[in-house]
Amino acid sequence: MTRSVGREKLLRMYRTMVTIRTVEDVLAESVAKGEIGCPVHLYSGEEAVAVGVCDSLRTDDWIYSSHRSHGHYLAKGGDLYGLMAEVYCRQEGCSKGRGGSMHLSAPGVGFPGSSAIVSGSISLAVGAALAFSLKKEERIAVTFFGDGAMSEGVIYESMNLAALYSLPVLFVCENNLYSTHMPISKCLASTRIVPKARAMGVPAYTLDGNDVMKVDRTTRRLVERARSGGGPAFLECLTYRHRGHVGPNFDLEKGLRPQEEFDSWLERCPICRLEKSMLEEAVASADDLKRIRSEIKEKVVRSRDEAKACGWPQGEEESDFSHVFRRPEA
Amino acid sequence: MRALTYVEALNEALHQLLEDDQNVFLIGQGVTSPWYVGSSCTGLIERFGDRRVIDTPVSENAVTGAAVGAALAGMRPIVEHPRLDFMYYAMDPIANHAANWHYMFGDHLFVPLTIWGIINRGGEQGAQHSQSTHALFAHLPGLKVVMPSTPYDVKGLLRACVYDDNPVLFVDDRWLYKIKGEVPEEHYSSPLGKGVVRRKGSDITIVATSYMVHEALRAADDLKDDGIEAEVLDPLTIKPLDVDLILGSVRKTRRLVVADGGWKSFGAAAEIMARIGENDIVRTLKSPMVRVTLPDSPAPASRALERYYFKTSEDIRREVRKTMGDAE
Repeated sequence: MTRSVGREKLLRMYRTMVTIRTVEDVLAESVAKGEIGCPVHLYSGEEAVAVGVCDSLRTDDWIYSSHRSHGHYLAKGGDLYGLMAEVYCRQEGCSKGRGGSMHLSAPGVGFPGSSAIVSGSISLAVGAALAFSLKKEERIAVTFFGDGAMSEGVIYESMNLAALYSLPVLFVCENNLYSTHMPISKCLASTRIVPKARAMGVPAYTLDGNDVMKVDRTTRRLVERARSGGGPAFLECLTYRHRGHVGPNFDLEKGLRPQEEFDSWLERCPICRLEKSMLEEAVASADDLKRIRSEIKEKVVRSRDEAKACGWPQGEEESDFSHVFRRPEA
Repeated sequence: MRALTYVEALNEALHQLLEDDQNVFLIGQGVTSPWYVGSSCTGLIERFGDRRVIDTPVSENAVTGAAVGAALAGMRPIVEHPRLDFMYYAMDPIANHAANWHYMFGDHLFVPLTIWGIINRGGEQGAQHSQSTHALFAHLPGLKVVMPSTPYDVKGLLRACVYDDNPVLFVDDRWLYKIKGEVPEEHYSSPLGKGVVRRKGSDITIVATSYMVHEALRAADDLKDDGIEAEVLDPLTIKPLDVDLILGSVRKTRRLVVADGGWKSFGAAAEIMARIGENDIVRTLKSPMVRVTLPDSPAPASRALERYYFKTSEDIRREVRKTMGDAE
């Protein structure tokens, strides 16, 4: 199974997943030390979703994300230093320090921004798909959101429109069982998500979101279908965030999640699982993986140190916040 | 030059925009229905097809969000709302997304979106089919708000909105639809943020928006009988506001009445008066500034109440006379 995917691709996905995890671990330290002021929502534990989905996408496909967007940004090819400097709210951040952790952007690689309003960017992805369809471009749009978004009204309107107009958009629900502090059972009268998408006329599937190869395989099929005019699809990826809703802690100390639940999901860590199957099928040796992890760690720490050393955003022109509107090109 | 009605000029603008540019498309509720949008969209679907003239289900939030997303992806959409009342459902894509995106992501992205919102009031339609909420939108930093009042301006300003690289709320008023005026056949754009002097006068400045411009002009005509020469200004864009035009006129007349079709508190009239209030000109005024607006009340249905609710040239004339010191 693992080998049929191809060594190069497996290593590529592994590197990206480890990069995401390492970034989150390094940022967690910085937040704990008080070096970072903006709210930081870490993606640790959900790496297989972002990486499994984005590996099937082209650079000119667009993805939209939420407040928990570091993983999506990196998986789509966003620049590491741009992320670090933005989370530190510095001048050289990818959004010039105006966005912070929740508002990363990398338009050059198909990441036009992330919204910190729950379900806020879902309709934007539908609009991107509408634009691609009107321009007869074979591009697709993807929107990532959590299970919390399933209790917002706009997702149902958005899915209906996407199905009605047969738009090339993929809805990816990262079901991590919690909407901030609230378990899904306290948010949804019916916790079965897939039937809700199907009821809107969108083909929908549930899968193990901690198995990057499964996510990759399913996404590839749905992406090709959407690209060739087959319309939207919905993916529910079952996963778990290791850290708490916001910040470096785990939400165990607050009694928001049971220890047994947490432990059982740690055992299903998507990175450990990928490592295990790569080792079992001799795609890589333990030394190879160790070397990759340490290379990535070094790179991430270097990037973090550079971000810390970067200057703060300067006052806007004449300190009048004059960049609110885009001015005509000269 | 030929004369067109306001709605004919609006229709011509839409035809020309869709004809000129494949990136322009129209999406919204009832764009193929005669009773949602008057005759403003006549002939569009037949000519441009249902891919570029998209009549949507009632999903204001997602439809507006999709228009924002399409604008971010390089299109120049016009998203239509048959009543401003219905746009509360679309506040999130407008206020949190369209209006913030350019600034929030460090100028890398922009939203060339026209939000065409229609005021459709009177006729005993009541509180949820009558609202003029332009000031509410003008409060948002990243959104421009345009309010045409004549056939010439509706054509030129719609084009300017579509070709502006920022989200613009284009506030249209069904009470203007039958007004006639000269309209060039060629495709043209009127500048955003520039007001015009509709009538010259030396005794008092009346700043009026949208439909109230016509009420103000009627009032100014009637005021001649009282020996008062009123200057009538039409900002055309309320955000960004042509403050220099207003300051210039008030510097000369030293009196100001503002007539706006929105509510009184925190409204467009309040903002215009504040611009005078924070300028040294305020010290030269001969009398306090006055506003003619809707009362701070939901719109009533009964025609007996509507008479008091919606303001007319008579209300403006009365306020001007009071301001001039002619106690009734």
